[in-house]
Amino acid sequence: MTTITPRRRRLNLRGALTPWLFAFPAIVLFTAFLVIPIAYSIFLSFRGYQVEGGGAYGRRVEGFVGIDNYVGAITNPELLAGFGRVLIYGAIAIPTVLGLALLFALLLDAPKARLTGFSRTAIFVPYAVPGVIASLLWGFMYLPSTSPMSYIAREFGGSSFDFFGYPALYFSLANIALWSGVGFNMIIIYTSLRAIPSEIYEAARIDGASEMKIALRIKIPLVLPAIVLTGLFSVIGTLQLYSEPATLRPLASTISSTWVPLMAIYQEAFTNDNLGGAAAASVLLAGGTLVLSVVILRFFQRRTFGDAE
Amino acid sequence: MSATMTQRRPRRGFSPAATLVLLVGAVYCLIPVVWVVMAASKSPRELFTSFSFAPGTGFIDNFMALATYGGGVFWRWGLNSVLYAGVGAVLSTLVSAMAGYALAKFNFRGREFLFGAILAGVLVPGIVIAVPQYLLLANLGIAGTYWSVLLPSIINPFGIFLCRVFAQAAVPTDTLEAARLDGGGELRIFFTIVLPMMAQGLVTVFLLQFVGIWNNFLLPFIMLSNQDLYPITLGLYSFLSRGAGDSDLYPLVIMGSAVSVIPLIVLVMILQRFWRADLLAGGLKG
Repeated sequence: MTTITPRRRRLNLRGALTPWLFAFPAIVLFTAFLVIPIAYSIFLSFRGYQVEGGGAYGRRVEGFVGIDNYVGAITNPELLAGFGRVLIYGAIAIPTVLGLALLFALLLDAPKARLTGFSRTAIFVPYAVPGVIASLLWGFMYLPSTSPMSYIAREFGGSSFDFFGYPALYFSLANIALWSGVGFNMIIIYTSLRAIPSEIYEAARIDGASEMKIALRIKIPLVLPAIVLTGLFSVIGTLQLYSEPATLRPLASTISSTWVPLMAIYQEAFTNDNLGGAAAASVLLAGGTLVLSVVILRFFQRRTFGDAE
Repeated sequence: MSATMTQRRPRRGFSPAATLVLLVGAVYCLIPVVWVVMAASKSPRELFTSFSFAPGTGFIDNFMALATYGGGVFWRWGLNSVLYAGVGAVLSTLVSAMAGYALAKFNFRGREFLFGAILAGVLVPGIVIAVPQYLLLANLGIAGTYWSVLLPSIINPFGIFLCRVFAQAAVPTDTLEAARLDGGGELRIFFTIVLPMMAQGLVTVFLLQFVGIWNNFLLPFIMLSNQDLYPITLGLYSFLSRGAGDSDLYPLVIMGSAVSVIPLIVLVMILQRFWRADLLAGGLKG
């Protein structure tokens, strides 16, 4: 007995360690580049400079400032305006991207559509184009001196379009999001449509249901999980909007240096040297995204997977 | 998308409306690509005077101007992008596969906690933590180096999540037990049995991460100050912001966009045949 126990214990120990060893690189990187930055961000968000001593001789000392940074972030008009702009942008972009992605996916799956291979690949192509370059392409197509749309308008005696004015700017930016995002979302929805066994529709077809009715009553409810997933990604992506407006800025004077929350955060951190304020705004943005994501997931999980659980 | 290929459905009838709507979508998506190729062929004067979709005469001049600009710095940016996205995505896929396998195929204390933490990581907007990441790496003295862009790109919570889903579906427990009875070491089992079984899912994870790193702008933007280390996106951005009000650089930016877009489109079109988008959709149920 005494001779066997140590050996077995060593074996068990090795067995228990194996999954941790496999997960080890991920845990180290996850800790280093997610957990610690988040913790550090929260720490920084409570710190800032305070003036110590009185009058002109006061020294600026770094220390804990309580929730001052959060109060500052919530009452910062530029940051709030940035959130407002992101909301308007998202209200235009997200339904358009998801709606068209769903429409294209359903049409690709429709038995009567032709040339679907070509269309599917063409609509997916922009996924390969980085956001910065997509913004450059569309930026030049918006810019009056190089815009083909404005060129045509001028040829017909009109004037150039003002793609960077208000409220057109929101639509111009939403259009870049649509162009970049519709193909990827379409593929996700389309692939889950394909995973539905076709026997399910056969009965409906025999009963004389139209393709439209099959799409609305059978297909859309069945691919709802994929639509929720794409919607969630769209919401997260919208709150992180940065590279598109930042790239268009040299072309469009209407985009300020704090046009969206992330631009304002970047400016606070690197131009204004206010790390505490930037950290507080980051924490609020991350927290808001997290809460919103969980609410969306919970809401739909109950509705779409409720019967499965 | 191989799942798509296997499940062909009969095409019956012909709907002009459905076909037309899809073609309109296809044309809409191709227009900017056609435009940039056409615009790249224009001399600076033609760019502002001739109709956008008419080809110009300056293609070779523009190309040479781009290729020799700043001592060929454009090619350097291209190589940097390939390095960040290629090496980053390969390492990311391997790290995700190992973690996903551990989470799917082993019962261990703390597994649920680990998985929950990674799920939360999927939802944390990666970009928001770029500023604290910069401060931490600056303290370690590696901000502004290749490592500062490469290392944070390796961890991909969504990739781990997908790998777990895929390991659950594709790796039978019986096979693992048989291999262990045969005396195979855990690492050997992983590399010779598990990885090949997960290969299809790993292509998806690789492709997503490759495009994700290639497209990432804020991380290199925050981390890097030395122009020689820029990826292509940041390089073109710096062209444009330097040329603000100076339209002489426009042809260069347009040529650069055209040259950098074409290879990536080709790559994605080749790889899209192998990737499994159904994995993404199925992942939510897990």
